[in-house]
Amino acid sequence: MQDLSSFPLELTGPNIPMVRFMNVRKAYNDFVVLDNLNLDIAPGEMVTVIGPSGSGKTTVLRMLMTLETINGGVIYVDGKPLTHMPKNGVLVPADAKYLRKARSSIGMCFQHFNLFPHMTALENCMEGPVQVLGLPRREARERAEELLSMVGMIEKKDQHPARLSGGQQQRVAIARALAMRPKVMLFDEVTSALDPEVIGEVTNVIKELVTKHNLTMLMVTHQMGFARDISDRICFFYGGKIEEQNTPDELFTNPQSKRTQQFLSAVKAAD
Amino acid sequence: MQWDWQFAAEILPRMLWATVNTLMAAGIGYAIAAVLGLVFAVAQRTRFPILTVSVREVVEFLRSTPLVLQIFFVYYVGPEYGVSLSPWVAGMIAIGLHYAAYLSEVYRGGIESVSRGQWEACTAINLTSIQTYRRIILPQALPPSVAGMGNYLISIFKDTPMLSVIGVAELMQTANAIGGQNYRYLEPYTIVGLVFLIISLFSAASIRGFEGWIRRKLGMY
Repeated sequence: MQDLSSFPLELTGPNIPMVRFMNVRKAYNDFVVLDNLNLDIAPGEMVTVIGPSGSGKTTVLRMLMTLETINGGVIYVDGKPLTHMPKNGVLVPADAKYLRKARSSIGMCFQHFNLFPHMTALENCMEGPVQVLGLPRREARERAEELLSMVGMIEKKDQHPARLSGGQQQRVAIARALAMRPKVMLFDEVTSALDPEVIGEVTNVIKELVTKHNLTMLMVTHQMGFARDISDRICFFYGGKIEEQNTPDELFTNPQSKRTQQFLSAVKAAD
Repeated sequence: MQWDWQFAAEILPRMLWATVNTLMAAGIGYAIAAVLGLVFAVAQRTRFPILTVSVREVVEFLRSTPLVLQIFFVYYVGPEYGVSLSPWVAGMIAIGLHYAAYLSEVYRGGIESVSRGQWEACTAINLTSIQTYRRIILPQALPPSVAGMGNYLISIFKDTPMLSVIGVAELMQTANAIGGQNYRYLEPYTIVGLVFLIISLFSAASIRGFEGWIRRKLGMY
């Protein structure tokens, strides 16, 4: 049991980050995935995580979505602890009820879309608002249709996922996540499973989100050009640590670390 | 011994009446098994080790001992502990429990066939565990389970003659009674066989049809 007495019960003061990873550690038995991770994401900021496979970048997102438990440190969202809850003046690991409430401000899109196959595109987008937020069906439908229009999928709203292409499914998945009105959106390699010719339709939707909405976003991607275009900051992960982070222009044109340079030149060679 | 058409015609109404009892026994037994089996399956997936292990053991016990013994046990041993049940009630409990154990394995397979990504998507939109099962996981677990569920429906139907050992007036018991009264067994037993054959074949065909229908209905191809 780690000593959590040094971690604040909530974040105070000016400039509270939307997300804060504080000394976070993740390990599977003896295998350390992430060690002593410290990362702040400001409200409205778009941060992209890049790095070689096995560097722990997807784990960062999964921990934030509470799909993985952490083995050390604390994650804060919107100033409040996510992975832990205050009890008698100290932080203790969050129980299921606390977790449900704490993660309600986070939405996530997955590499393999994970749409519900037995529901139409519209039903996929209405499920959370009706079941979780308790919205009346009519209101949930309006919200879902508005979002499906935004991602250009309104014409296919009555189709089941099996009848949609990968790019179309991913756009529906983005609408489904947005229907929950999250403050933080996580994109986990959302273009990795797509055919090259449909990647653009998904990245365009995300670009539009960045310009028109004040969402905080954290993204893992292999699309370096895309990451460079839209990110406020790029974090290069290596061996479970942030090896280097900077604005896209600085990081891509003037990487400081040797490993970053190697990674970027390898990626460039592959393109 | 020659086949006697007139005798066969004479006993047919009584045999058909007993068929109704057999169908009822299979239906009620299956309904109990279907519901209880789901409870067994879901209980084994909770995060309470005591519950999962004890349900696992109960399922293993039910699957590893003969149905006829379980029927005897409920009917004859029950009264020694003050639980006296009619043959029908005892029979339904025994057969329902026995098949619940088998059906729970079918459901477990169905649930495990749903990809991990579906569970994660449920967490991401913050559904409760109950909503996750009811709205997302079980509907997807159903199509791959239908074939196995159908097999056990036919199986439970074919096992109803075991209820004759405690005196439930189903098809087998009636055939025995008719045979004993008339010293003719050829016709009643042949009719029993035909009834089972026809109903089983019909059920198997319906289940295949249902499987296709449910997949289309759920939009899964």
